[in-house]
Amino acid sequence: MANVISDETIEYVGILAKLELSPQEREQAKKDMGSMLDYIDRLGELDTSDVEPMSHVFPINNVFREDIVTNGDMRREILSNAPGEKDGMFMAPRTFE
Amino acid sequence: MKIIDMTAVELGTAIQNREVGVQEAVSAALERIEEKEALYHCYVTLDQEGALGQAREVQKRIDAGELTGALAGVPVAIKDNLCTEGMLTTCSSRILYNFVPTYSAQAVVNLQRAGAVILGKTNMDEFAMGSTTETSAFGVTRNPWDPEHVPGGSSGGSAAAVAAGECFYALGSDTGGSIRQPASFCGVVGLKPTYGRVSRYGLIAYGSSLDQIGPLCKDVRDCATVLEAISTHDPKDSTSVPRTDTDFTSALVEDVTGMRIGIPRDYFGEGLDPQVREAVLKVAYALKERGALVEEFDLSLVEYAIPAYYTIATAEASSNLERFDGIKYGYRTQEYEGLHNMYKKSRSEGFGPEVRRRIMLGSFVLSSGYYDAYYLKALRVKALIKRAFDAAFEKYDVILGPVAPTTAPRLGESLSDPIRMYLGDIYTIAVNLAGLPALSIPCGRDLKGLPIGVQLIGDCFREKKLIQTAYTWEKIRGGSSPDEDTPTVCSPARKDECRDVGPAAGKEER
Repeated sequence: MANVISDETIEYVGILAKLELSPQEREQAKKDMGSMLDYIDRLGELDTSDVEPMSHVFPINNVFREDIVTNGDMRREILSNAPGEKDGMFMAPRTFE
Repeated sequence: MKIIDMTAVELGTAIQNREVGVQEAVSAALERIEEKEALYHCYVTLDQEGALGQAREVQKRIDAGELTGALAGVPVAIKDNLCTEGMLTTCSSRILYNFVPTYSAQAVVNLQRAGAVILGKTNMDEFAMGSTTETSAFGVTRNPWDPEHVPGGSSGGSAAAVAAGECFYALGSDTGGSIRQPASFCGVVGLKPTYGRVSRYGLIAYGSSLDQIGPLCKDVRDCATVLEAISTHDPKDSTSVPRTDTDFTSALVEDVTGMRIGIPRDYFGEGLDPQVREAVLKVAYALKERGALVEEFDLSLVEYAIPAYYTIATAEASSNLERFDGIKYGYRTQEYEGLHNMYKKSRSEGFGPEVRRRIMLGSFVLSSGYYDAYYLKALRVKALIKRAFDAAFEKYDVILGPVAPTTAPRLGESLSDPIRMYLGDIYTIAVNLAGLPALSIPCGRDLKGLPIGVQLIGDCFREKKLIQTAYTWEKIRGGSSPDEDTPTVCSPARKDECRDVGPAAGKEER
């Protein structure tokens, strides 16, 4: 395997991805990611020096519309999906003392 | 003809002619569900009472002359990544196990305006990440042609529900083949429209630049009719493209005289099952006999589509799935210390292994130091792939090839080797990168009796060419003859008996 994923890399990716991995999952993730990257490295065989990255297949630019409210007040319905709710707001864990 | 054996348009016509009542149609579907669902498990959520309630309302509006279209009163199943107001929408994930949307996807609203009756939400690979429907957090779906095989994925529940008669048609979504491949494995017709043709508003995003909603149906006419109903310009989706050429049923013409059909040699190389190859090429010969101009060509770059796709799709997924954080909706872990620990634990417990794998890879290819080498490189390769298709469509109206290298694999054989599973997407995935429309239609069965599909790919917004070609093939093949295109009906009690008869018999020894 050409791509060897270090413990530091998997730790860093875990932070970016906001995922907590058990030691066993971490080893599996290192293996999986290494073999996927080996596979993706094939793209390097292609010369793309004169090619612009294509994020969208059609020439669509920003699409604007008037800033008009079309929906009604759905606070109650929306909050009913929340795991925690207090005084008509989402309840999140305390972030500072 | 029994109600349950009708196509969506046949049923819609019978409803308009007052030969069948909407409640009768819904009851027929519910009876079939009652009979089969325990074995096949096509649905995550069923709404029997709601469906009967909708049926009463729709019947009133038909009687009042307000609903006169071909889909009025016809029961439909919706893939569980399309939001449905007031009805559980889980993406087959634990992280959305209790999510009830406050609005419906535009494609769903369009169907409801046409008088559709929603039966429920179909099973899928978790967040549409998978090719077998086995990554669902709520159990596997079985292929109605042989319950020991997968229905394909990720729209496996939708495809299986149509094949089993547990609905008259279904909506799915296609990011890398997720409509076409299960349609092929389940012997139904599936269409992935041009990117921008159908609004993605209310579709829970996986790879936003690749996702597109489309129909899974019993035949080509149903497919054209449903596409006609769901294709509207939507200001709520900034990638929705305004078009006037949405009269898809006008392309239901049995004629391919002069149709230029290209056969990419690179789609018939190593890895393709000889039985699939033979069945697919038979379609090309048949169309040639009807006056189509068929020739082989080299598409090129085929082997680069999968690595480019898994870079782009996972990058977009890692960003799109950031929103599942245990605050606004869905699953929150029970015990945690502080905000960040809550995020991490909720997400790690809420997402399954395949989703976690893709979020990790996507986070990596977008991270500083690797962004140019992986993500931008993949976007450059995407541009090359688009160019290759542009060159092909200067010469051809339709590209014809297989949908998948094999027929449906057995349950439990695919997930252990992710790269091997990803290779199964080789013929479908480039279409999404290039934003093209493509259709899968049955063209035969293998020695095990499992369906084989042929894929027709068109240039952007040329769905009508696909519909016309597919319709002609369907007529050549003899339409939906029940013996060829309906799976042997198995019920849980008769499962073993079913497997001992017909072309599937003795397959263990083969």
